[in-house]
Amino acid sequence: MTMEPLILPPVPGLRGIDVYEAHGGYGMLRKAIAMKPEEVTDEVKKSGLRGRGGACFPTGLKWTFMPKQTDKQKYLCVNGDESEPGTFKDRQIFELNPHLLIEGAVIAAYAMGVGTIYLYIRGEYNKWIAMVQKAVDEAYARGYCGESILGSAFSTSFTVHRGAGAYICGEESSLMNSIEGERGYPRVKPPFPAQFGLWGCPTTINNVETIANVPVILRLGWEAYSKIGHPKHPGPILVGVSGHVNNPGVFELPTGVLLTDIIHKYAGGVPGNKKIKAVIPGGSSTMILRGEALEGVTMDAEGLKAAGSSVGTAGLIVMDEDTDLIRVLTRIAGFYHHESCGQCTPCREGTGWMHKILKRFERCEATTADLDLLLEVANNIEGNTICALGDAAAWPVQSMIKRFREEFEKRVKPTLVIASGTPVIASGAPVIASGGGAYGATTTKQSGLPVVIASGAAGATKQSG
Amino acid sequence: MFSEVSLKKIEELKKRYPRPQPVVLAALWMWQEEHGWISREGMVEVARLLGIPEHHVYGVVSFYTMFNSTPVGRHKIEVCTNVSCMLRNSDRIVRHIQDSLKVGVGGTTPDGRFTLVEAECLGSCGTAPMMQVGDEYYENLDEAKVDAILSSLK
Repeated sequence: MTMEPLILPPVPGLRGIDVYEAHGGYGMLRKAIAMKPEEVTDEVKKSGLRGRGGACFPTGLKWTFMPKQTDKQKYLCVNGDESEPGTFKDRQIFELNPHLLIEGAVIAAYAMGVGTIYLYIRGEYNKWIAMVQKAVDEAYARGYCGESILGSAFSTSFTVHRGAGAYICGEESSLMNSIEGERGYPRVKPPFPAQFGLWGCPTTINNVETIANVPVILRLGWEAYSKIGHPKHPGPILVGVSGHVNNPGVFELPTGVLLTDIIHKYAGGVPGNKKIKAVIPGGSSTMILRGEALEGVTMDAEGLKAAGSSVGTAGLIVMDEDTDLIRVLTRIAGFYHHESCGQCTPCREGTGWMHKILKRFERCEATTADLDLLLEVANNIEGNTICALGDAAAWPVQSMIKRFREEFEKRVKPTLVIASGTPVIASGAPVIASGGGAYGATTTKQSGLPVVIASGAAGATKQSG
Repeated sequence: MFSEVSLKKIEELKKRYPRPQPVVLAALWMWQEEHGWISREGMVEVARLLGIPEHHVYGVVSFYTMFNSTPVGRHKIEVCTNVSCMLRNSDRIVRHIQDSLKVGVGGTTPDGRFTLVEAECLGSCGTAPMMQVGDEYYENLDEAKVDAILSSLK
C-alpha cells in the first residue's frame, strides 16, 4: 500500500507562502469560494472524512450542525492542543505545512459561514506557534484571511491562541473555556457547541489534522479521496510511532494500513529483533493490545474497534518483550491523575487512587484485593464523568488487567486471608493469586465482604517482579 | 509592571476577542516572560488591565502548569518522563541531570541557574528521550548531549 504524501509532501521550503503557492497552494480556497458554502460541506461529507482527534466523528456531518440562520457570531476552533501521550503529528503540520492548515480552516469557515477562527496550540509548542503565526501573517498579507477574502464578500479573522499546559484543554468544551480565559474545565453536554459554544454562540471544533485534509479533498474530489485507505474511514492518516522501534517518527499512510506493516516496514522493526510484548495503538487513552494479537489488525476506526481498542490519535507506542508493563501503566495512571481537572469526583479521586494502587504493584506490595479494587475504581470512573478524560484514564487500566493479568499476579504479595470466618494462611507460593482466569476468580469475597488481612504479617515471601 | 511593548500587545490582542478576558493567558505569558514567574503583583496587574477579578486570574495561574507561581531558575529544564520517553530511558536522563546539578526534581540550583522538573508528554515521542528548556526542544538525548546542553546554558 503506497500513497503519495498529501498532508506532508516532501517539498523543501513548503512552510513559506511562495513555495506553497507555487505548488498550487490556496488554489482550493479559490475553488471553494467559487462554490456555494453547502456544496463545500457536501464535498467533505461525501468524502467520508472523519475527525483525526480521536473520536472519528464524520467531519461534514459535524459542519451541518451549525445553524444556517442565526444573528449570533459563529466560530471555528481548530484544536492543536496535541497532548495525548504518544502523539506528535500536528506538530509536523505546524512545522512543515502550516499553510495547508490555514487554507483548510478558511475553507471550513466559508462552508459554515464562520467569521472568526481560533487556532488553539498547546503552550509548550511556542517555537511552532511562531512558525504558524508567521504563516498566518503571510496569509493575511496576501488576502487569504481577513476582510473580503479573494475579493469575495466573505471575511474571516484568524487568531492563534496559546495554551499554558493542560492536557484537558484538548477536550473541546474545555478548549472553549480556555479560549474564553477560564480555567480549562469541560462543560456538560448538551448543549453542544454547534448550539452553545464560545460565548454561547454556534461553534465547531475540529482537530488540526482534520482541517488539513479539507484542501486535499477539494483537490482530489470527494470520490478519489474516499477511495484512499479504508472505505469506512478513508484518507491519509498521520501515524506517530514511538517506543521500541528502530525508526520512530510520523508516517503519512492510508488508513487501513496493517499495524505490523507500520511497525516493521515503516518504523524499522524492534531493536535487537525482540518480540513485541504490547502495543498502545492510538495514544495512551486507547486500550492496550497484546503483541501476539497484532496480526491482521489495521490502523483505522473499524479495524481497531474489532481488535478491542480504538484509533485515537494514531500515536502507536511499541513495547518489546522486556518491558515492565506495570511501570508503564503506573506512569499512565500518574499522568491522568495529574491532568484530571478536578471537577468530577470519580475522576479527581479515582485517578489518584488508581495511581496509588498501581504504585503498590510496582513495589510488589500489592495484594490480590488490590487488583479487584483497581478494577472496581476504574469501572466506577468510566462513564461517570462530564468529559472523556475519566474514560481515558479507566481504559488503559481495564485493558491492561484484561489482557495482561499475569503481569499483576506476578507482583502480588502472598496474603493471609480469612474466608468464611476460618483463617486460611496462604503463605509461601502466592496461591491466591495464581488464578489467571476471568475476573473474579481470585477474589477473597467468600463471605460477602472482602476480608483481607494483608501487609505480610505471616512472614510472607517477597515476590520479585 | 509590564513593558510598553507588552501593554501595546495586550491592547492589540483585546481586539481579537469579543471581550477582554480571553487575553488573560497571553497577558500572563508576557508577564512570565518579562519577570520569570507570576507574582501577586503580576496577577493584580493583569486583572486591572483586563477588568476582571483578581481571584479569577489567580484561578487561571493555578490551573495551568506552565505558569510559575513561584520563582524558578533562569533555565527551567523540563524532562519528559511520559511513556514514550520512559521506554527510551528518560529516567537515566533525569538521574544524570540530578547528579550533574546536584538538585532534585522540583529543585533549583543555589546559583539560580537551573530548575529541574519532570514534564508530561511534550509531543516529541519520535525523538525520545527529550527535554524542553525555555522554548527549545532538545531531542534524542543521551548523557553526553545533556552535558553539552547544560554547559551551553549560562
